[in-house]
Amino acid sequence: MMVMVAAAVTNGICSSRVAGAEDIVIGMMCDRSGPTQTNGAIMCDAAQDYFNLINSKGGVEGYKFRPIEIDAEYKVPLGIEAYERWKKEGAVSIMLYGTNHVQSLQQRMAEDRIPGTSPGFGTATSSDGARYPYLFPIAATFYSQAAAGVKFAGDKIGGLKGKKIAFLYFDNPTGREPIPMLEALANSEGFQLKTFSVPPPGIEMSAQVLDITLRFKPNFLICNLFGRAASVGVKALRRAGYPLDKAVALAWGATEADLEAAGGMSVGEGYYAMMFHGVGADYSVLQDVRDMYKSAGMSLPKAFGTVLYNRWIFHAAIQVEAARIAAQSRRGEKITSEDMRHGFESIPEGSLAKFGGMVPPLHVTAADHEGGGWIQIYQIKGGKYVKATEYFTAYPNVKADVIGQRK
Amino acid sequence: MGSRYSMLALVAVLLAVPFIASEYYLSILNLIFIAIVGAIGLNILVGNTGQVSIGHGAFMSVGAYTAANLIVRLHAPFWVAIPAGGVMAAVVGAIVGIPSLRIRGIYLVISTLAAQVIIEWLINHVHAISGGTQASIDVPRPTVFGSELRSQQQFYFFLAAFVALAIVAAFNLGRTRVGRAFIAVRDQDIAAEIMGINITRYKLTAFMISSFYAGVAGVLYTYFLGVANYEQFQISVSIDYLAMIIIGGLGSVRGSILGAIFVTLLPMVVRQLLEALSSLLGVNANLGHYIPQMRLIIFGTLIIVFLTAEPEGLNRLFVNARNYLRTFRYTH
Repeated sequence: MMVMVAAAVTNGICSSRVAGAEDIVIGMMCDRSGPTQTNGAIMCDAAQDYFNLINSKGGVEGYKFRPIEIDAEYKVPLGIEAYERWKKEGAVSIMLYGTNHVQSLQQRMAEDRIPGTSPGFGTATSSDGARYPYLFPIAATFYSQAAAGVKFAGDKIGGLKGKKIAFLYFDNPTGREPIPMLEALANSEGFQLKTFSVPPPGIEMSAQVLDITLRFKPNFLICNLFGRAASVGVKALRRAGYPLDKAVALAWGATEADLEAAGGMSVGEGYYAMMFHGVGADYSVLQDVRDMYKSAGMSLPKAFGTVLYNRWIFHAAIQVEAARIAAQSRRGEKITSEDMRHGFESIPEGSLAKFGGMVPPLHVTAADHEGGGWIQIYQIKGGKYVKATEYFTAYPNVKADVIGQRK
Repeated sequence: MGSRYSMLALVAVLLAVPFIASEYYLSILNLIFIAIVGAIGLNILVGNTGQVSIGHGAFMSVGAYTAANLIVRLHAPFWVAIPAGGVMAAVVGAIVGIPSLRIRGIYLVISTLAAQVIIEWLINHVHAISGGTQASIDVPRPTVFGSELRSQQQFYFFLAAFVALAIVAAFNLGRTRVGRAFIAVRDQDIAAEIMGINITRYKLTAFMISSFYAGVAGVLYTYFLGVANYEQFQISVSIDYLAMIIIGGLGSVRGSILGAIFVTLLPMVVRQLLEALSSLLGVNANLGHYIPQMRLIIFGTLIIVFLTAEPEGLNRLFVNARNYLRTFRYTH
């Protein structure tokens, strides 16, 4: 009971630092500790930077942003507590992180009518806005990533018919998610698909890699590995002599951190990496962030311009764009979570062009909460990410079928 | 006499809470309620019978997926789904308990660990159980007396009823022949056998009862979250539950309750205290990034301090405090 009282007291203190009445409160799930902390630390800083940047320019339409960052440690009970706190603080949108939190919060978010965004993770079926009106897997679900991987493979190996494609994945729900999509594509496109699972904790996969390299001998390899498994995977493929320019990693599998852990960017030379945003620091929005740091006399974050940094700049930018639409209709009145949902669903086509490729040309609608499933692929060349394709989408009809079959 | 009045006062407070507390605090209480059911169950096995298990999370998942399948496929109401989840977990628990007839201590720990891994794997890979590659099944809210439970307040009453049942059953179990037999098995199993206690039967019974509680907790959690997802029942959850009963006090129902409260609340409270502290002191953002790490250090330190100060757990501290206050200035 004492502890509860202590919690009540401290909570009072927290909520007493009220900002302007018109602030747009965003719940920001952020793993600065727990198993995903190496990603979280980079991504949260990026989102904070973007909100600070927008606020420093006076916000949007007179509204400022108040992101509330809570560390959920990839643990469900802490995610529940975080969510209820955001709700209490009047959050109108939740930036989610972690498939387990998406799963465990989605029903409550729908009941409370608060939208949540899960770029590049969560569940692929949630791109169906009619069924999941408050979940936004904005950018590219694992189905879209799988489709893009297959399309890219086809382009690289001169058609798919009769070819062999291997899928190497971390054996948990997130790792397995592309499989139904890949199986459907194997049927429709006529290639042979073989899947190779890496059981958790994913730090040993030489057997699978040898099986791929020496026995199955695929024309192309698609990898869905993350965390430690991603770096172990690159190393193992390299050691087995697999040509990395015949392999593509899905969105969470080839970040700078993964390659550094594998022994440096050069280990991944030739490897293709899938992105749903731009990589590098040559974007005007990042130039603005740099200027903001300079005028504050602070040095830039170490991860500035890296994959994960840009990814959460994108995640924050989408919140701001949705809020902009909400703000235009509210004109100074309080923005509700329902306004934000409407905002996400009506970001005008082409309006994201101002980000100069940093943000994909999404078109989110009430039916398609993913916005098309845009992907661009980079290749690691000379220790850097070099763009290998422009933004593209792949096999929308097959994707719609697979989503339709899975209720 | 005194204890009866304090019991009534406690019940009155618990009934008043949902009308006073905000959704936020109720959501935390609801998480605690679910943890209490699970912790009481584990304590019957570990604390009372002396059979250490780190497969508790897996038993919860058995209950959760059993119920989720019944709810989604057969539209089972909660009063079918919850006992069914418990019974299925009990059956699995009895099977997992078989090695306990031969091995004990650290060896039994490893065999229950194996059970945790096997059950996790099965749920993950058998689509008939897990409902597909994501291994998660969306479950509609439970309907009680014709109305769907949605708010934290409604869940509070729903969960509180099961917590009350769990507590009453556990207290009564301790007073029966079965409960006494558990303690005899724990303290000296050979002596117990000489006295005519069928060790095989009672060890397996302990596993079944404990798993039944776990299964019920798993179903309650599934209803609360609206989804059965195996990531909520991984090994770290089993360890959390072990921490609850060790910190709370082995072999005591009150200890299970205190431990469940402590382990659920501690990370949240430490986080909020640190946040409040840093905002009061005006700590800059860069230093703020160390808070999560400090939180883990404080969490660990507190557990060590509590356990070294009172190895018998929070329950002992509670009893000591109560005895001290009872004799305070000769109130009697």
